[in-house]
Amino acid sequence: MTDFQQTALELAAEQQTPVWLAALREQGASTWAAAAWPGRKTEHWKYISLAPLQQCEQLGWSSESDDVALDAVEQVELDAIRLVFVDGRFNAARSSALPAGVVRFADANTEQQALIQQHLGKVVDSERHLFAALSNAWAADGVLLHVAPGHKLEKPVYIVNVSTAQANPVAASQRVLVVLEENAEAELIEHYASDSASQNGFVNSLTEVVVGNNAQVQHYRINLEQEDLLHVGGVHVNLQRDARFHGFTLAQGSRLKRIDYQVNMLGEGAHLELNGVYLPRNRQVIDYHTNVEHCVPHCTSNEVFRGIIGDSAKAIFNGRIHIHPQAQKTLAELSNKNLLTSRTAEINTKPELEIYADDVRCAHGATISQLDETSLYYLQSRGVTKADAITMLSFGFINELLNQVPEQAVQDYLRPRLVSLFGQPSEMVGQIGYE
Amino acid sequence: MMLNIKDLHAKVEEKDILKGLSIEVKPGEVHAIMGPNGSGKSTMGNVLSGRPGYEATAGSVTFKGHDLLEMETEERAREGLFLAFQYPVEIPGVSNMEFLKAAVDAKRKHQGLDEISSVDFLKLARETCKRVNLDASFLKRGVNEGFSGGEKKRNEIMQMMLLEPDLCILDETDSGLDIDALQVVADGVNAMRDGKRSFLVVTHYQRLLDYIVPDYVHVLAGGRIVKSGDKSLALELEAKGYGWLENEVV
Repeated sequence: MTDFQQTALELAAEQQTPVWLAALREQGASTWAAAAWPGRKTEHWKYISLAPLQQCEQLGWSSESDDVALDAVEQVELDAIRLVFVDGRFNAARSSALPAGVVRFADANTEQQALIQQHLGKVVDSERHLFAALSNAWAADGVLLHVAPGHKLEKPVYIVNVSTAQANPVAASQRVLVVLEENAEAELIEHYASDSASQNGFVNSLTEVVVGNNAQVQHYRINLEQEDLLHVGGVHVNLQRDARFHGFTLAQGSRLKRIDYQVNMLGEGAHLELNGVYLPRNRQVIDYHTNVEHCVPHCTSNEVFRGIIGDSAKAIFNGRIHIHPQAQKTLAELSNKNLLTSRTAEINTKPELEIYADDVRCAHGATISQLDETSLYYLQSRGVTKADAITMLSFGFINELLNQVPEQAVQDYLRPRLVSLFGQPSEMVGQIGYE
Repeated sequence: MMLNIKDLHAKVEEKDILKGLSIEVKPGEVHAIMGPNGSGKSTMGNVLSGRPGYEATAGSVTFKGHDLLEMETEERAREGLFLAFQYPVEIPGVSNMEFLKAAVDAKRKHQGLDEISSVDFLKLARETCKRVNLDASFLKRGVNEGFSGGEKKRNEIMQMMLLEPDLCILDETDSGLDIDALQVVADGVNAMRDGKRSFLVVTHYQRLLDYIVPDYVHVLAGGRIVKSGDKSLALELEAKGYGWLENEVV
């Protein structure tokens, strides 16, 4: 066992937790303790180093929720059911009153506890996902979002997780469980942020989503943390018959950020739509791994990920599609395009197809390029400076995906922030009111 | 003098295309440049606008008294040179609106003016859309993204109207247009003829010149002007083709 594994177990022992989560925690701790620590030769951790975790000494839990930190973080302007966490601790004062279907694990009634026990840690395979085992070992607080058959959550659920800079690095465990019964609908926005430029904490986050027959969910995972935060997270989804998952994710910041999407197509007619954007700069490292398991026939999946990697930053994209022998008539598409804006920027992209059925349509593509010369010339020929043209084209490259985000409030929140990342005054891009 | 091209030589990918091109354009004049495929018509437009890869190797170009070849692509545009592209570029993700506003603001900045307000610009852009018979919804779409050939060309003319350049170079703007679209383009150009603004109309077909009547017609062949005349030359070319002129080159 490595030092970090040991530290993490000690932290688990310090937690005060409900008895009904004990079995999951014990199972998580033993999987975590027994796991071989991933290194350069571990396929799924090949291009990202976990060394920053091992160097994370004196890691501890946060002792209080910091309101001041919250003021430093701008939130999406949205009429939503809001849950705010600071360094993993719930902040009741800044959160909304919760409707019946949304509850913190700590406040769950007997029925909800049973539901949590039924699904928590069951969507994710913790034998294959090391940090899911850690999340199980650390399972304490969390959010359950449960929508009854045929119901629709009236407002989006907006979970804000803020990390703060502390004298000693702080660990935060974020856990979300979404259970949508048949024909149910919900929208969930997970927003990760940090309060200031210098960060030393570690966030381990895990979201499990069960989408019942003909149910649908819109899910957002926005990672806009600052430079030095460490974050390992996962979104694991089970789609039942005709279930639909529309996901959007965006990542910026962190010297170690690893996010996994695992989507299991378990019922015929299930559909996945997943768009992602990653924008590492300076010395940041962002790693997205997606894996879609097509287990049954007639399912469709469409993934589009785009990245702009600048300075000495590094990005990894690994998109796996696994089509099982019985999953005939599958339509699966995966596209990953990357733009390198500096000579020292690095991208490792790998689409991975495993197809064991013969009547399927599966398309994938990955590109790495610089900006299109002809487009640059076109803009310049209209008087736009080269620097502005580069900015417009870079932003345009990801704006294509941003334009497809169904939740307007998320678009409105992200657009000016992303524009400013590219060093352009915000009135120049997309802020012109139409109609 | 608006534009003075003297003995211009240019190469593209190590291949000599322009071999001693000379043209003088005075303010307010419309010059048509005709010529067979591969004669250097598009190269001329690209060299004048400063397209990377199009390298002038000899000769000179003076635009409003400035050495054009010394200017960056964007400086040429701000100084009032406009090239309507033969093949306008599609740029998904950059909305037509923000593109047009950036272009207009770049020019205004050059003239020492403030940026145009979003509200004023929207109004202006909509009016201009109407003038070229484009639906205002095109403003929201990506630059030329999914536009038909005719829509792309009308979008070029719209940019020209918004930027109000001193010298407009139309590179085969009529190619691929039906009569109705051609009429829209020609009306747009004619509306901008104000006695000061000059036009270089590069075309493959005499047809355009029925709508945009030139003061001069030049035939470009083998990289230089082999014959110049008035608008009747275009009709002569229509009747006789280019063969008889190519023989005169040597």
